[in-house]
Amino acid sequence: MTLSTSNLLGIKDLQPDDIRLILDTALQFKDVLQRPVKKVPSLRDVTIVNLFFENSTRTRISFELAEKRLSADVLNFTTSASSVSKGETMLDTVNNILSMKVDMVVLRHSASGAPHFLAKHIPAAIVNAGDGINEHPTQALLDALSITEATGGLEGKKIAIIGDIMHSRVALSNIYLLNKMGAEVTVAGPPTLIPKYIKEALGVNVTYNVKEALDWCDVANVLRIQLERQNQPLFSSLREYNLVYGISRKLLDSLKKQIVIMHPGPINRGVEIDSDVANGNESIILQQVENGVAVRMAVLYLLANREG
Amino acid sequence: MKTILNETQISLTIKRLAHQILENHLDLTNTVIIGLQPRGLYLSDKIVEELKRSLPGKIVNYGILDITFYRDDVRREIKVPNKTDINFSIENKKVVLIDDVLYTGRTIRAALDALLDFGRPAKVELCVLIDRRFSRQLPIQPDYTGKVIDALISQKVKVLWKEKDAATEVIITE
Repeated sequence: MTLSTSNLLGIKDLQPDDIRLILDTALQFKDVLQRPVKKVPSLRDVTIVNLFFENSTRTRISFELAEKRLSADVLNFTTSASSVSKGETMLDTVNNILSMKVDMVVLRHSASGAPHFLAKHIPAAIVNAGDGINEHPTQALLDALSITEATGGLEGKKIAIIGDIMHSRVALSNIYLLNKMGAEVTVAGPPTLIPKYIKEALGVNVTYNVKEALDWCDVANVLRIQLERQNQPLFSSLREYNLVYGISRKLLDSLKKQIVIMHPGPINRGVEIDSDVANGNESIILQQVENGVAVRMAVLYLLANREG
Repeated sequence: MKTILNETQISLTIKRLAHQILENHLDLTNTVIIGLQPRGLYLSDKIVEELKRSLPGKIVNYGILDITFYRDDVRREIKVPNKTDINFSIENKKVVLIDDVLYTGRTIRAALDALLDFGRPAKVELCVLIDRRFSRQLPIQPDYTGKVIDALISQKVKVLWKEKDAATEVIITE
C-alpha cells in the first residue's frame, strides 16, 4: 500500500485511505520515539532540504527532528541568509539546490500555491509546510492524530474551529481533512474573520457565538490571532477579542460537559485562549507538538521512495 | 506445488524447537523471546505457548519486533509498518529471535539492527522453522532449525497457518 500522490501539497489532494495510511504509520513512529534509541535508518540515503521562505520555529524544528530521526541528511535554508535577498527567483534557488542531488523539498512560503508551482517544475518530492493562506497539511494530520488519541476516532466527531478562519491555512487543511474522514465541523469567530460563503463552499456550520460552538463540539481547535495583521480593522482591540471570543476558564466551566482544547501554536496567552485553559486538563496542546514529529516522519517516509 | 511439512509434522517440530531452546536456556530466567513481524509471530506464539506449558507458573518475556524501518530496500519499495512491542529491557539478556523462513538473511540483518536499538543483549540466537541454506546473501546462520530445505532461487517456500491461510503446512511452489 502506498500514497496515491508523490507530493504532499495539501489535504485537498489526498484520499481517505492516504490519510489513514499516514496516521497508522505515524503511530508506529510514535512508538519509535519512545525507545532508548529514537532513530531508525530508513532514509539514510535520502537528502532533504528545508526551504523556509517564511518564519517558523515549531514547524521547522519538528520537520528537522523528523528528518534526523529517520537518518536523512538535512539542509536548512532560510531566506534572510541566502541569495534570495540578492534577487534570485524561487525556482532558480530550488534548481541550484537540486543540482547538488537533493531528493526531497520541505517548503514554507508566504505565497499560496508556491509548492504547487514548484511541483510542476522540479522532479523532487515536495512537502508543503504551509503556503500563504492556503494549506498546512502536516498540521491537519497531526491534529487528526491528536483528536483520534483524545476521543477515539474522527468519524462522527464534532470539531469546532475558533478564531481567524479567514487567514488560517490550519483551518482550511483541518476542514478538508475532517470532512474527508467523516467528522462534523463548525467554524466560530468574528464575522470579519470568517469567509462569507464558507458554508456553501466547504460544507461547514458557521456561528459567530463561541459559547454556542463550545456547547455543540467534542473538540475545540483554537486558532492564533495573527498579531501581524493588527493594522487591518478586522476587530476593534485584542482586549475586546478576548472578552467576546477568547476561551476562558469561566466559559469552559459553564459548559455541561468536558471538551478537548487544541491550539496549533504559537499561543497568544490572554488573547484567543487564557493561560489557565492552555495549561489545563482539557488541553492537548503539547501532545499535538509531540505528534507533529511522528506525523512528519510518516509523511517523509511514505514519500521517500519515489525514484525520479 | 509440493507439501514439505504437514500440520502434524509442524506441531511436532514446534515442540522440538521449544525443547531445544529450553535445553540451552533451562528456566529462561535471563532469556527473552522475540518474534518477527509479521509472519514470524504465528511460529513464535506457538513456541512461547509450548515453553509456558513446560515451565508452569513461569513468566516468559515475549516481545514482537517489526523491522520495516530497518530494511535495506526502502528506495525500491515502501512497506507498511507493523507494531513493535517489547515492554522489557533486553540489556544483558539472552535473546532468541524467531522467524518462519530464513532465506537471504537480510531480514535477520535488519532485525539485529533494530534489536540493538533497544539495548545491548548478552547474546542473540536465531530460531527458524525453515532454513533455505544455499540462498544466503549474508553470513547469518540459525541456532535452532525446524527443517533444512535445498530449494532453487526460482522456487518459493511458503509457511501457511490455518489462523490466516487455508491450512497449516509448508509448501514449495515453482
